[in-house]
Amino acid sequence: MRLTDIALNNLKRRKSKMLFLVLGLLIGVATVVSLVSITRAMHTDIQDKIDQFGANIVVTPQADDLALSYGGVTVSSAAYDVKELHTDDAAKIQQIPLRANIANVAPKLVGAVDVGGNKVLLVGVDFPSELRLKKWWEIVGQDPAVPDEVLLGYNAASRLSAMPGNTVTINGRSFQVAGTLKELGSSEDDAIFADLGAAQQVLGKPDAVSLIEVSALCKACPIEDIVQEISMQLPDARVSALAQAVKSRQQTVDQLTSFSLAVSIVVLLIGGLVVLTTMMSAVNERTREIGIFRAIGFRRTHIARVILFEALLVSLLGGVLGWFLGMLASTVLGPRVAQLSVGVEWNPLLALGAVALAVAIGLAGSIYPAIRAANLDPAEALRFI
Amino acid sequence: MPLIEMQQIVKTYNSNGAAVQALKGIDFRVAEGEIMAIMGPSGSGKSTLLSILGAMNPPTSGQVLVDEIPIYDLSLEKRADFRHEYLGFVFQQLQLIPYLTALENTLLPLAITRLSHRQQEEMALTALERVGLGDKARRLPNQLSGGEQERVAIARAIVNQPPIVLADEPTGSLDTQTGAEVMRLFQSLNREGLTVVIVTHNPENIPYVQRVVHLRDGGIVQDRGRQK
Repeated sequence: MRLTDIALNNLKRRKSKMLFLVLGLLIGVATVVSLVSITRAMHTDIQDKIDQFGANIVVTPQADDLALSYGGVTVSSAAYDVKELHTDDAAKIQQIPLRANIANVAPKLVGAVDVGGNKVLLVGVDFPSELRLKKWWEIVGQDPAVPDEVLLGYNAASRLSAMPGNTVTINGRSFQVAGTLKELGSSEDDAIFADLGAAQQVLGKPDAVSLIEVSALCKACPIEDIVQEISMQLPDARVSALAQAVKSRQQTVDQLTSFSLAVSIVVLLIGGLVVLTTMMSAVNERTREIGIFRAIGFRRTHIARVILFEALLVSLLGGVLGWFLGMLASTVLGPRVAQLSVGVEWNPLLALGAVALAVAIGLAGSIYPAIRAANLDPAEALRFI
Repeated sequence: MPLIEMQQIVKTYNSNGAAVQALKGIDFRVAEGEIMAIMGPSGSGKSTLLSILGAMNPPTSGQVLVDEIPIYDLSLEKRADFRHEYLGFVFQQLQLIPYLTALENTLLPLAITRLSHRQQEEMALTALERVGLGDKARRLPNQLSGGEQERVAIARAIVNQPPIVLADEPTGSLDTQTGAEVMRLFQSLNREGLTVVIVTHNPENIPYVQRVVHLRDGGIVQDRGRQK
C-alpha cells in the first residue's frame, strides 16, 4: 500500500463529492476554454472582416501644403492636380522587408475628363487589385477584362445614361461599359473607373500615379513599421496609416480580450472556491480518519500528500473533460452565438493549458484544506481531549 | 531499566477560561514485556494519560521517556516517526477506515514505509493470521463482527512490530465472551514480548493483566500487581 492507494480508495468511496468537484472544475475550465477559443476565432474573424474593409495605408505624393479637404469636402480643386507618383512605385512597395504583411497594393491615377460634354472624374486603376480591395462593390454587368472596358459609378452611369454594353467616349477615346456599380454613397458613385494604362493615356500622363492604397494584414499589427518601411522605399511620397481604422480594430480586440479575461477570472475564482469548500468539507468529514493516520505515525507531509494527490487526480479529470466540453461548446455554439465565419481551432496547446489550469486551481484550492488536515491534532481528532 | 517512564506528568486544560487539572503529577514506570491496565471512572484522566503516553498530547509539565527517549523533546515530525516505530494503537470505537478491507486497514502503517507491495502484504497477512483473521482479509469492516473488527484493529497495531501496544477501552463495545477473547489475544501477544498498556473501566479485564493502576481525579490512587 502506498499513500496514492489511500487517495484512490478515498476518491472511489466519496464518488458524489468528487463528482461535484470534477463538475466545478469542469465548468470553470470549459468556460475558459470556450471563451479563449471563441475569442481567438473572433480575432481571426474580425481580422478577416476588417481586411475586407480595404486599405489601411495610403501613399500620396509628398506635398508641402496641408490637406484642403475635410469630411469628403475638398475646398481646392488643386487636390487632384498634385505631383504624381510612378507606376513602378507600386512594385517597390512589394519589396519592403515586411512585404509578407502586405495583402494588396492598388495604384490609382485620378483626373477630370470630358464625356459627352460632362466633366467626370476618371480613376485609372489596376482592376484585379482594386476589385480585391473593394470587396463591397456590387457590379451590374461584368468585371472589366480588357483595357478598353470601364466601370461606371452609380451617379456617373445615371448622368451619362449608360448601361453595361454601351460605349462611352472619354476625351475622344471609345470605351465599352463592362459594368456599373450599385450606389455606394461615396465619391466613387460619381467616377468612371478605367484601366490604369488606358487612363494614363487618356489623361496624357504616362507612367503617372496619383495615390496608392495599400492593404496591410495586421495580425501583429506592425502598421507603423510598415509605414516606415514604405516611406524609406519611397522617400518622395507621403505614407499615412489610417490610424483610426487600426485603433478601432485594436480597441475591439482589446475589449474582447479584457472581457474574456474578466469572465475567466470570475469563473476560475468560483471554481477555486468550489474546490476549497468541497475539500474543506471532505477534510472535516475525515477528521477521525486523519487522526488515525497521524496516530499511527503518518507525518504531516504524508497527510498533505494524500489530500493533494486526490486534488491532482480530480483536477486532471476536470481539466481533460473541461477542455473537451469547452472545445465542443465553442465548435457547436461559436458559429451560432458569436456568428463566427471561421472555424474554432482544436489546439493541443490549449488542451495542455486547460489541464494545467485545472491542476493549478485544484491544487491552489486544496492547499489550505491540506494544511488544515496535516495540522490536525491527533489527540483532538480522536477525542482524547 | 523501564521501557516507559512517566515523570511528574501534569496536564491542565483550559475550560471556559478556567484551568482544569486533568492529571496532577503522575509518576509511574512500565517495564518491557509488562501487560497493565489503567482503570478509573469517567473523567479520572485515564484517556488523557494514554494520549500523553501515545506521544500525541504534550503534558503541561513533566516528561515521558520511552526507551530513554524524552518524547516531548522531539519535533512534531520526529514524534510521528516515534509513534510509527514504537507504538501500536487500538482505539476506542475501533476506528477502522470503513472503505478499506481488513487487509488494507492492516496495511495502513506500512503505507509510509519503503517496503515492497509483496513484503507489506506478507506482513499484513501474518498479522491478520496472528489475530485469527487470515481468512477474512478481503472483507470490509462492515462485513465483520464487532470482535473481528477489534482484532483487525489489533492486527493494524502490531503489523510493523512495535514494542508497545496502547489500547483504549478495547472491550468497551464487545459482549463479555468476545471481550474475553480479545483480552486473551492481548495476553498472548504479551507473552511473545509485547508491552501492552490498556485503558479500561471494565473490572472483568483485570484477570488478564499483571498490574492495575487506578486513577481518580487525575491522580494515581492505587498501583496493584507485580512489576517485572
